[in-house]
Amino acid sequence: MSTFLRECFIVFRRQLRMNLRNPAWVFIGAFQPVLYVVLFGPLLKPLIGQLGATNAYTFFIPGMLVQLGIFGAFFAGFGLIGEWREGVIEAERVTPANRSALLVGRLMRDELQLLVQALILVALGYAMGMDAPFDGILLGIALTLLIGGACAASSLAFALTVKSEDVMAPVINMVMMPVLLLSGILLPMTIGPGWLEKASDFMPIRWVVDAVRNAFGGNWDGSTLFWGSAWSVGLFALAIWWGTATFRRENA
Amino acid sequence: MIHARGLAQTFETKQGRTTTQVRAVDGVDLDIEEGEVVGFLGPNGAGKTTTLRMLTTLLRPTEGTATVAGYDVVTQSADVRRSIGYVSQTGGISSYARAGEEVMDHGMLYGRTKAQVEKRGKELFEELQLDGLWDRQSKTMSGGQKRRLDIAMGLIHDPTLVFLDEPTTGLDPQARANLWTHISDLRERRGATVFLTTHYLDEADSLSDRIIIIDKGQIVASDTSDNLKSAVSGDLVDLEVAGAEHVAEAAKRLGSLGDGSSEVEVNGNRVSGRVRRAGRAVPGLLRDLDANGIALDAIEVHRPTLDDVFLTLTGRSLRDAEASTETPTPEGAPQ
Ligand SMILES: Nc1ncnc2c1ncn2[C@@H]1O[C@H](COP(=O)(O)OP(=O)(O)OP(=O)(O)O)[C@@H](O)[C@H]1O
Ligand SMILES: [Mg+2]
Repeated sequence: MSTFLRECFIVFRRQLRMNLRNPAWVFIGAFQPVLYVVLFGPLLKPLIGQLGATNAYTFFIPGMLVQLGIFGAFFAGFGLIGEWREGVIEAERVTPANRSALLVGRLMRDELQLLVQALILVALGYAMGMDAPFDGILLGIALTLLIGGACAASSLAFALTVKSEDVMAPVINMVMMPVLLLSGILLPMTIGPGWLEKASDFMPIRWVVDAVRNAFGGNWDGSTLFWGSAWSVGLFALAIWWGTATFRRENA
Repeated sequence: MIHARGLAQTFETKQGRTTTQVRAVDGVDLDIEEGEVVGFLGPNGAGKTTTLRMLTTLLRPTEGTATVAGYDVVTQSADVRRSIGYVSQTGGISSYARAGEEVMDHGMLYGRTKAQVEKRGKELFEELQLDGLWDRQSKTMSGGQKRRLDIAMGLIHDPTLVFLDEPTTGLDPQARANLWTHISDLRERRGATVFLTTHYLDEADSLSDRIIIIDKGQIVASDTSDNLKSAVSGDLVDLEVAGAEHVAEAAKRLGSLGDGSSEVEVNGNRVSGRVRRAGRAVPGLLRDLDANGIALDAIEVHRPTLDDVFLTLTGRSLRDAEASTETPTPEGAPQ
């Protein structure tokens, strides 16, 4: 186990080091949450009365958080294709390092990025007057890291399977559209017509968004929290399994 | 050290609806002993890289078995990986990473400590004439520097069994000579076994104890360079006859040397033909010509080259084979 962690850490450190040396990556990463809050917040604020909520930021920050988490993570695979093309993956695979470590090390980088972004977003939310309990925020961020990690791992697995940006880009687009529209990320599905809300019941990420929103609102009862957590954990486990299988596969 | 039986790899490539099968490696048997330096020679697309990728556990053989350093490449792949070093044909260094860190990380994935890989890395940089490039991104390096960096990375953990896929491609003559010395040292100083592929005949010739020639996925020869060359029908004797009227006579006498079976080519005043053990036969030929009043302007004797060997074995010259075999790079695959 300690060898495994050590290998994860070597891979993680290498990834992080290269990212941190890229000023654009650092700048865009840190600026994204700011843009959400500064440009999007004021737009949503006037709507808040119609949604039956009292604090606009307590209501919208969770959606932004999940969106930031999953959309950023979907793109994790692009970098991997570049690495594969340069022969980096093959060079790593010829070492005795555990194949899962090659995945987990990269995933740790994505999770760290997401965590930092989440903290910036939450801090900004507080600055703008968000009113959320501490334990709710912890749970909300934990769920975001799980669902974001699931998306990142799937993206890495998919990237290493198709090995082509040209296949990857349209597929991500195709997946992102329904996620965006049916998850109630920005506006809750409950304000839509009945059939639309029914449709969104089948979108796992909708449950995660609702759960994060409830957690931020200090609303701990009900099945929403349960289903949101269950989906996050389930999808995370599934994606890790897929990613590991892809990195393990001979000839990957 | 390396033993393979019936090793084969069939690739399937899809183009639209049609699936074509490429038998890249077609039943290869190999036996390489500890401490040997073996040159793996063959034209483009012969299956060298594919064979290496199977032996280094990067590719699962579709048929056959192989053991490397005593471990099965399929069932004990982790043990195989622990025992070898590999420098791939295209290298494996990110263009944005800094050279030293990339090499160190690679070594650490073999379980070496930071201090160990840093020390060994700096030594290798010096030995491979990469001094001063430790903190450089590889995208700012020249092709030859990058190639040497790939080699440093493959050797960082001091493997005793090394696979090198065209290690000297893109190196200038001086860097190439330096690498040859380095490779010989691996064996002399560390008793390492080296399996290297190359297109350069002189390289295979001067570096390896034994040469294995592969063509169209099959091994066509495996022997020392000298033995392979002796198997070719003799040395090339090239005469330049002094008077045009004597050319025919000279050709006849050259043709009757040895077992008399070799063909003689005449081109203007030049007469050439293959003669077994030319060192013994030529003095007699010279006396014979002299006694018959045939004078020579020049005489040259060439030992057979590996190209001659290849020509004899496959009916094609290695150079022709290179020119005629198309190798469409499989979509983005690392070769
Ligand atoms: N991933 C792949 N998918 C399909 N075909 C492949 C793949 N890799 C190699 N091939 C084919 O297998 C054959 C052998 O390729 P290989 O790379 O082993 O040749 P090589 O001897 O290393 O040649 P070179 O001297 O050009 O490096 C070629 O015809 C090549 O097109
Ligand atoms: Mg090759």
